[in-house]
Amino acid sequence: MTAAAPPVTPPVTPRVGLFATCLVDLYRPSVGFAAASLLEQAGCEVFVPRAQVCCGQPAYNAGDRANAAAIARQTINLFEGFDYIVAPSGSCAGMLRRHYPDLLSDDPQYATRAQSVADKTWELIVFLTDVRGWTDIDASWPASVTYHDACSGLRELGVKNQPRQLLEKVEGLELRELEAADVCCGFGGTFCIKYPEVSGAMVDNKVDEIVATGAATVLSGDLGCLMNIAGRLSRRGEAVEARHMAEILAGPAIGPAIGRTADSDGGKA
Amino acid sequence: MAHQISLDFSKNAARAQADTDLQSALAKLQRDTRLARSIITGRLPEFEDLRDRAVAIKDHTLANLDHYLETFEANVTDAGGHVHWCNDAGGARETILQICRDSDAKIVGKGKSMVSEEIALNDYLIAHGLEVVETDLGEYILQLRGETPSHVVMPAIHLKKEQIAETFRDHHTTLDPDRPLDVPRDMTEEARAKLREKFLAADVGITGANMLIAETGSIVVVTNEGNGDLTQTLPRVHIVIAAIEKVVPRVEDALSILRILARSATGQEITCYTTFATGPKRPDDLDGPEEFHLILLDNGRTKLLEGAFRDVLRCIRCGACQSACPVYGAVGGHAYGGVYGGPIGAVLTPALDGIDKAWPLPEASSFCGNCEAVCPMRIPLPGLMRRWRDIAHNEKLNKAGARRGLALWAWAARRPALYRLGARIALRLLKTFGGRRGYLRRVPLAGGWTTARDLPAPEGGTFIDLWQKENLGKTQGNTTGKTGS
Repeated sequence: MTAAAPPVTPPVTPRVGLFATCLVDLYRPSVGFAAASLLEQAGCEVFVPRAQVCCGQPAYNAGDRANAAAIARQTINLFEGFDYIVAPSGSCAGMLRRHYPDLLSDDPQYATRAQSVADKTWELIVFLTDVRGWTDIDASWPASVTYHDACSGLRELGVKNQPRQLLEKVEGLELRELEAADVCCGFGGTFCIKYPEVSGAMVDNKVDEIVATGAATVLSGDLGCLMNIAGRLSRRGEAVEARHMAEILAGPAIGPAIGRTADSDGGKA
Repeated sequence: MAHQISLDFSKNAARAQADTDLQSALAKLQRDTRLARSIITGRLPEFEDLRDRAVAIKDHTLANLDHYLETFEANVTDAGGHVHWCNDAGGARETILQICRDSDAKIVGKGKSMVSEEIALNDYLIAHGLEVVETDLGEYILQLRGETPSHVVMPAIHLKKEQIAETFRDHHTTLDPDRPLDVPRDMTEEARAKLREKFLAADVGITGANMLIAETGSIVVVTNEGNGDLTQTLPRVHIVIAAIEKVVPRVEDALSILRILARSATGQEITCYTTFATGPKRPDDLDGPEEFHLILLDNGRTKLLEGAFRDVLRCIRCGACQSACPVYGAVGGHAYGGVYGGPIGAVLTPALDGIDKAWPLPEASSFCGNCEAVCPMRIPLPGLMRRWRDIAHNEKLNKAGARRGLALWAWAARRPALYRLGARIALRLLKTFGGRRGYLRRVPLAGGWTTARDLPAPEGGTFIDLWQKENLGKTQGNTTGKTGS
């Protein structure tokens, strides 16, 4: 499931284009900095093309292939020159890796380029462990956490053991598994806005399970899921915090959890 | 309860979510399914290989469907049976009624068949003076209650046992009203006694078929109650109704598919009864029907075969996608309106009823992908739902507001400089309103989001701007200039 093996002669210091994702860009820059820090720790040179916007998934999943393809071409133009393209999101990386080739298969100018971009696009955690073979996490988090398997990363890219493997290396961290870590949290992009009640029931189940673990923090690899879960935790008045995996793995500088501020209550910050 | 329509999915879903009996039944289904699946796949290391094999069998058959259907027909005829090719629901209903009339039938016993639901057979036969009795326990309960199946293999999964006991008391009025009906066994015994009379009295038995075997002209029926066998062997006439994609080339192909069918459907290694039947009773046979009719129904299949939805014809109606779907798990099968609920319904109902009557169904998915992950036939259900969304978008069927929002967003996303400016403004607003507390309870234009959850306030500033400030010079990708719009 994790697709292609690393290239035969990997560049010594690969040039990595960081596809920050629109949610990280707008909502949580600290995830972008954490991702960049991890990539640098893993021996990469990190570039952040300024004109990056979104992977186009909202349009693609809404049936608007024309706009999705236009956004995909824009992303390809911007990123195809790097050795690798890495995103701190299984969903967005999955869009580039699994769906760009389908979306542009009829475009003579872009079909091959879409495939080449797809082949070198990776979800952050999998890139660190499977492509770079890097697991030298230098971080400490003396608390209990639980982990939600975000759907796209799990089922499109095979992100399953890699995050757990890295969490194991975090000093003091205790991982308490959810009963059904691989069940959707109900985010689903625009699904959560189109069908708010159904989505609400799904995230409520997820939050029940998170609370049942007694963990202080819930982690995941996708900011969409995390905002959904954090938003429901807040609405229910639960003390559990939500954070992106990369924030904890990257090491010392850690700000408030999602939706918390330096002066808002709750947990470690 | 009146039959719900697909266009009302949101309303149907809300009603389903308020139904506490339904919610506890669905929660149990999801728990049981997870457990059963982990046991079954854990016990069978070659499960993935079996799936590949089943997919290959079906793909090969679909690519040569005309050949295998004609072979099947020839072998059914050789065995003394009759094959009736029916293009649509109306044709199938009329053909079946005619067969019943030709044999002077009064009572029809029915085995479980989703295709018969597709053509609304029961209502039609009853309207034409026949007594029709469902013999599958779940279907029997639904018939008493005037409901339709909510799951393809567990039709009454939406009911709790207390509701079923009440239904039996309401309908089996000749029995002692104070009899105990507390445990499932009491109810199955009661249904068994009631149904036994009907099995013996039925003139015609109608069943579906899980598979049709081309090389022998046989049908395969799997059940857990044995009702399928009594329905096909006791009455004078046996009518099988099956859609054309049910055919497989050889007996061994059917056996391969049987190995994944029950495992995917109910977590059993094999069902209690697996029956192969070929044609009517032969002179030396001890039992069996005098007449054997096979209705080969198209009902839109050949159209699916030609286009982008072809893969859905691999479906073996195991219901694994329904049991595993979190949306189905939140609302149940009836909310989908069509004959089939859940992911398979979200793909099939638009094909059967028209996308204009069913566009909300393919939208009602978070694309979590669990349906595709569990589908034994590896049908790319999310991908096929997305194809329907493409069509709905092109035909402008979905909500105008959502379309406008998307168009505006896409317009900005194709103009990175403008997008960045807009982002800065929006962030400043959100920060102002949610900055101190960290969460927003209500956000203009984001009502859908804040129905169930708060909106976390952004940290402040965009990543791209902040990164640029910290790392001047590194922000430029090698082709940053060519971003066009």
